[in-house]
Amino acid sequence: MRLTVNGDPMELPAPTTLAELAARLELGGQRVAFEVNGTIVPRSQRDAHALRDGDKVEVVSAIGGG
Amino acid sequence: MSDNMKGVPRADKPLVIAGKTYRSRLLTGTGKYASHEETRLATEAAGAEIVTVAIRRSNIGQDKGQPNLLDVLPPSKYTILPNTAGCYTADDAVRTCRLARELLDGATLVKLEVLGDPKTLFPDVEQTLVATRTLVAEGFEVMVYTNDDPIIAKRLEELGVVAVMPLAAPIGSGLGIRNSYNILTIVENAKVPVLVDAGVGTASDAAVAMELGCDGVLMNTAIAAAGDPVRMARAMRLAVEAGREAWLAGRMPRRRYASASSPNEGLSF
Repeated sequence: MRLTVNGDPMELPAPTTLAELAARLELGGQRVAFEVNGTIVPRSQRDAHALRDGDKVEVVSAIGGG
Repeated sequence: MSDNMKGVPRADKPLVIAGKTYRSRLLTGTGKYASHEETRLATEAAGAEIVTVAIRRSNIGQDKGQPNLLDVLPPSKYTILPNTAGCYTADDAVRTCRLARELLDGATLVKLEVLGDPKTLFPDVEQTLVATRTLVAEGFEVMVYTNDDPIIAKRLEELGVVAVMPLAAPIGSGLGIRNSYNILTIVENAKVPVLVDAGVGTASDAAVAMELGCDGVLMNTAIAAAGDPVRMARAMRLAVEAGREAWLAGRMPRRRYASASSPNEGLSF
C-alpha cells in the first residue's frame, strides 16, 4: 500500500499499524505526534490504528524555535 | 527630603502562569543556536524555567542518533512552551497546538502566535482572536503573542488567555521597546501577566521592559545571535532581575533641574 508520510510517498506492506510505521521510521521511542488524514492519533492508539492505502501521515517533533 | 522627591515602592508578587509559580521572569526561545549544547548552556545561564519550542515535521531517515531537543531540555526540568511560529491562519495555529498537546502528554500551555506578514512578522490580530477563542474553548492555557495595542491586549485577556505577550519590536529585530507608553498602558490594564515577547536586542531593553512593570520577558534572537550567547544569557538574567528590582523599589521622579546630593549646611566657607 502507498502512503504519504510528511509529504513524501512511501510503500509499505499491508496491513501495517501506525505503531509499526513508527518503528520502521525509527521513531518508536521518540517524542513525536502522529496525525493521519488530519486527525491526531494518540500514542495509546498507535498499536490499534491500522493504516490504509492512500493515508496521509504527518509526524512532528519539538525543535528549536522562538 | 520631601515626599514628592521620592519614588513609591511596590509590593512584590510571584509570577504565576496557569496556576504555576515561577522564580525566573526570563523565558527563552530555543532557535538559532549553533548546537543543542549551546542551547542548553544558554538556557541554564539565563536561569529560564519556561522554554519555547517549535513544532515541525520530524526528520525521517536523517540525523539518526542526533539527540532530540527535549532530551537536552527535558520536560521534567523545564516548562515546555510549544509555539505556533510559522502559522499564518487560526486553523494552522490550532492544529499545531493540538499536535503539541499530543506530543507533550496532554500539556495544555501554548504560545499562540498567528502571523500576518513575513516581512514584519507582526501578528494577524483577527486570526489571533479566532484561534484564541477555539483554544480556550478546548482547554488550552494560552500565552498570546500580540502587538502593542492595549485594546487588543484587553480583548485577549477577556477571552481567557493566561498571559498577554505584546511585542517590543518585530521578532528578531533587536530594536528594543518601540512604544513604551503602550506597553505601560497594557501593564496597567491587565489582570493577567504581561510579558514582552520579541524585539529585545540587549540587556538594557530587557531592563526597560521590567521597569515598565512587565511580569517577564521572552526572548530568543537577542541571546542566540549575540557574539557570546551564554554570556548574553547571563546578562539578560541580570537585566531582568535588575529591572524588576528597580520597578519594585520605585524609581525617583524625573526633575528638570538639579537637586544637590550633599547638604548645603555646614559648608566651611
